Amino acid sequence: MSTAARNPEPNDGALIAAIHSGNQDAMAQLYARYSSVVYAVALRVLGDPAAAEDVLQEVFMQLWRSPGSFDSGRGNLAPWLAVIARNRAVDVLRKRRPQTEISETIVSVEPDLASDTDRSRAMEKVRAALKDMPATQRSSLEMAYFEGYSHSEISEKTGEPLGTVKTRIRTGLMLLRKAVETR
Amino acid sequence: MSVHEQFGEDLALYAFGCLEGNERAALERHLEECASCRRELEQLRGDAALLALSASGPTPPARAQTRLMDAIAKEPRGRKAEAGVGRTKWWPAFGWAAAAAMVVVAAVMWNQNVQLKSSLAALQGLSEQQKFELGQARHVVDTLTAQDVQRVDVMPVGLKAPPPQGKAIYSRQNNGLIFVASNLLPLPAQKAYELWIIPTQGAPIPAGIFKPDAHGGAMVINPPIPSGIDAKAFAITIEPEQGSTTPTMPIVMLGAGG
Repeated sequence: MSTAARNPEPNDGALIAAIHSGNQDAMAQLYARYSSVVYAVALRVLGDPAAAEDVLQEVFMQLWRSPGSFDSGRGNLAPWLAVIARNRAVDVLRKRRPQTEISETIVSVEPDLASDTDRSRAMEKVRAALKDMPATQRSSLEMAYFEGYSHSEISEKTGEPLGTVKTRIRTGLMLLRKAVETR
Repeated sequence: MSVHEQFGEDLALYAFGCLEGNERAALERHLEECASCRRELEQLRGDAALLALSASGPTPPARAQTRLMDAIAKEPRGRKAEAGVGRTKWWPAFGWAAAAAMVVVAAVMWNQNVQLKSSLAALQGLSEQQKFELGQARHVVDTLTAQDVQRVDVMPVGLKAPPPQGKAIYSRQNNGLIFVASNLLPLPAQKAYELWIIPTQGAPIPAGIFKPDAHGGAMVINPPIPSGIDAKAFAITIEPEQGSTTPTMPIVMLGAGG
């Protein structure tokens, strides 16, 4: 039997439970697993390594202070952290107070993205779906999600009617869902 | 067009946090009543998470981990929600006084912050008053923690087993919540009590996970909660140890706000 088999890596739920007890090693393990995910999202939104590092710090400190905010029964930690990071980064970008409490953020992704392999496979499909999208649709989706523009702001910037912007964003998300669900 | 189709496109924007104004308010009213749209919203948030996860880039600099670990070392957990664990039997009797002391300390610190922002001169003007208030708070805490303190439960004569009891002290303005409980029943394995704020509008808000000590006492002091909540009641449920985002029925303790 290999060492890895005898001493399997604790899952995210076990590490979150350990953080409840103040275990700093558990925090270090979660950081090792997910800091790249959080930093990548923050950097994508902010485009500034120093600001992205601040968001990275803030997201993990929030997890340290409120591990109960993450409900492992309703999703995986990677997408939850990615969404928390995106929300906070957009708040920073838009120079506004935090709009969403982390305890209110529930993220349910199908299929399961618990493992690195699952996530890598899903992300390949998402990136392919984004690449295949009409440029205007991809642009609306990214302006709303990564730049935090409201639909009316996107409408003003692109000159597209409000209804068109809404439809593009909705159908864009549907395309991503379909891409990931496709085996 | 059905009512769900009407809100369908707004749901995607809402999942992004990008819906504004009247449309946002109308959708939020609809979501309160429509489980189907709430489920769809959850799915759309999952779809949005795919977008977030699609971001790729360099790994964070090594100093970021050092910075984080230094920060958490300076902020040990277990002093807030779990603060009651291991306390002795006198806490239930003195819980209100302890809570009052903490409120006084919190008020002093809040006051100090406001004054710092307004002007240094004003801060200096208040300094003596704050010292006095802080001294009072420290005196209460010193009494509670003195080695010769007498710790006595006072209850109606003839009552053998006092019932579980909790007291919540909440300030919307200060965004502060202190909960003191006594005589709590032991929990099943891998379970914890969870405190909930029942707001006047919207879903219950988790406000701290705690386990009673050997004598049934527990405290939750200033858990992380959203600001500006109008609370109409406070409730306790039994949840998994890591806590839940929605209460698991039944509610085991409940008290309406004044």
